[in-house]
Amino acid sequence: MEEAGGRRRFLKSAGALGAATIPAAAGAQHAGHTAAKSEKYMFLSAAEVAFLDAAVARLIPADALGAGAKEAGVTYFIDQQLFGGWGAMAKMYRQGPHAEGTPQQGYQSPLTPQEVYRAAIAEIDAACGKQYGRAFEKLASGEQDQVLRALDEGKFPLEAVPARFFFNLLLDNTIEGFFSDPIYGGNRDKIGWKLVGFPGVAAVYTQHVEKYGVPYDALPISIVDIMENRAELDETGHPKHVLLVRKD
Amino acid sequence: MATKLKPVDVVVVGVGLSGTILAKELAEAGLSVVGLERGRWRNTNPDFGMPHAHDELRYVKRHELMQDLSRETISFRNNANETALPMRQLGSFRPGEGVGGAAVHWGGLTWRFLPWDFETRSRTLARYGKEHLAADCTSQDWGVSYAELEPHFDRFEHLYGISGKAGNLKGKIIPGGNPFEGARSRDYPNPPLKMSYAGSLFKQAAEKMGYKPFPSPSGAVSQPYTNEYGATINGCVYCGYCQFFGCEMGAKASPQTAVLPNLMKQKKFELRTLANVIRVNLDSAKKRAVSVTYVDSRGREFEQPAEMVLLTSYVFNNVRLMLASGIGKAYDPVANTGVVGRNYAYQTPSSVTLFFEDKIFNQFMAAGGMGVTIDEFNGDNFDHSGLGFIGGGFFQAATSGSRPIEVRPVPRGTPRWGAEWKLAMAKYFNRSFPITIQGACQSYRGNHLDLDPTYRDSYGQPLLRMTFDRHENEHKMSVWLTDKAAEIAKAIGPSKINVTPRTEKYTIVPYQSTHNTGGAIMGADPATSAVNKYLQSWDVPNVFVVGASAFPQNGGYNPTGTVGALTFQALQAIKTRYLKRPGLLT
Repeated sequence: MEEAGGRRRFLKSAGALGAATIPAAAGAQHAGHTAAKSEKYMFLSAAEVAFLDAAVARLIPADALGAGAKEAGVTYFIDQQLFGGWGAMAKMYRQGPHAEGTPQQGYQSPLTPQEVYRAAIAEIDAACGKQYGRAFEKLASGEQDQVLRALDEGKFPLEAVPARFFFNLLLDNTIEGFFSDPIYGGNRDKIGWKLVGFPGVAAVYTQHVEKYGVPYDALPISIVDIMENRAELDETGHPKHVLLVRKD
Repeated sequence: MATKLKPVDVVVVGVGLSGTILAKELAEAGLSVVGLERGRWRNTNPDFGMPHAHDELRYVKRHELMQDLSRETISFRNNANETALPMRQLGSFRPGEGVGGAAVHWGGLTWRFLPWDFETRSRTLARYGKEHLAADCTSQDWGVSYAELEPHFDRFEHLYGISGKAGNLKGKIIPGGNPFEGARSRDYPNPPLKMSYAGSLFKQAAEKMGYKPFPSPSGAVSQPYTNEYGATINGCVYCGYCQFFGCEMGAKASPQTAVLPNLMKQKKFELRTLANVIRVNLDSAKKRAVSVTYVDSRGREFEQPAEMVLLTSYVFNNVRLMLASGIGKAYDPVANTGVVGRNYAYQTPSSVTLFFEDKIFNQFMAAGGMGVTIDEFNGDNFDHSGLGFIGGGFFQAATSGSRPIEVRPVPRGTPRWGAEWKLAMAKYFNRSFPITIQGACQSYRGNHLDLDPTYRDSYGQPLLRMTFDRHENEHKMSVWLTDKAAEIAKAIGPSKINVTPRTEKYTIVPYQSTHNTGGAIMGADPATSAVNKYLQSWDVPNVFVVGASAFPQNGGYNPTGTVGALTFQALQAIKTRYLKRPGLLT
């Protein structure tokens, strides 16, 4: 996103090393949906995957800036989170009695995130069927935005949980899936990090932190890269970032 | 039926910042000390090791280092007319769990409260008169002065290797430091951290406006440092994974880096982890603690007899154990009697975010507590006449670590999803920075902690119930301070700013700060304080209660430096006076 028109980019090592080798495709934009074969859904049904693919593609759309949440694997990320400890409220207080409470009192639903997704998606699809004659995923993008906006504004009638509660959960998880380390199954090809210019696992920045206003266009490094020995490390165990610098 | 264990001299409940220091010192002095910690053992290696240390989802959003609410939480309501409901997931604050406590994932800002802070009530009355304080404001003096605490601030800063620059050395104002700080006997043990671009722009603008900016004092240590306990804290590498994370470099001051290497070698110290204390047992007259009861990870109950009990857990458990054990009289806000649970307070943070079209800030290159601060608008450093509030807060251009799940700066008016949001996020993630304002919070009659009548933890004990809202004083202060910060922001020349004062009803949902205070406050009068100036229970003198639970109200600073000073204040009293002649210190 930093590239000015016509300028060529050259690779240069961020650290002292001279001869960094970069995987051929590392700097390329990945616009396509390149789901890794290892991505097997654990919790979501096919209909739920279709719903979420459609919904997250509206929340963070693919556009001129590049790929969006769907292409980043956010649906798979949500699946993995729902199936894991978080989705079952592993570190949350679950004892009753339950009451809706005030907005200031936060999450009070007796439903786990797993149950919230299951119930809310079914209700939204059913409501879309009534209103439009089609499930959410089959709606035109403008119609999908209307449904999402109604959820966001608390105007969409949901029974299981308040509409805004579900929307906030979905948006929160979408952002998590777009920007978390790819080890969780989202942020595929580090799409989210490349979009904003975040380098992921940090290098030692002692020599960079006072370079005021100088862009730090590093190829982001993930935890997976390090575990699979795809990143060169310094003596402190931090990756040596490879910088994309303009030669002008 | 609890298994009764062999008596020891001292039992320490909660092995965090205060507990580790007290345990080390007392064990070294020859006392047998047992440390009971509800969580597990944690250390730099392997618990905070690379590459997993740099995982925003795990540490910031899934709260790896923080309290497991499935076992224990609090309940919350804004006021006594509501029914408190349990905090089911972490939000507004993030207490720690495990050895080191919240001092593992703290952000590193290490302040001394102002001399004024310790005499909030008397100095406000003297300067502005009674009508300047809200009728239900219960903020009060601490019963201890800054001058008395100064040696303890000094010792804590040197133990933790704090990086900073003195502004007032023995009464002499030092250029480049904080001229408003109380006189200090020594400079910080380490030089300030490097200055970020954001910090440098803030510094220039603030200086032009006549303010005195200075580098924020930080527990992210600027160079390798060996402290009085022989522990070496490494130099910070500005990786930006600091607050909410453990430090893989061992470069953040914490129990792990500063105290535990020594403590774990003390022959008279024994650490028991996964030991959850549910009660302090008193004698029949309720004048003396005889033991504590704890439950281990197999559900077995143990009774640990001790000559002294030190409550050194987070604010909430210090207060809850006092209430559950009958140490001191529980506060009743209606009758205005009792002391335990009184004067719960918090923080009033606000911010101004600056957006630029052409400047790149790389705010992900950062350290905990890295920033440039001005203190002109803290405490009573400015004239409050006619303003309708007391207190203030420091303003800081903060470079404490930007990671895109939690830090998503977009100009006001940007939708929170969709293409427009995506464009703004892509543009401004690296082209913005915040000025943060650490607003103070006064105490009020209605804000308090007590035991919940309905909800219980997994040990069958009542949850602590929080009744809290910020008052008009805090809202007025926040608007005024944030406007002042916006003036500086505008002078820096951003294309847009978000000015975000704190005026809404308090909510426990979004993160604000883990600066909960009070409930077991210190003071000179047993009618209005739970512990004396030595952090000793007025009612049960062989119990000391150490932590931010002792703050009568919260100042416009992060609390850790003052918690450290109070720890050494208690230690000195115990070592030099209490052990020679156990009983209530006067």
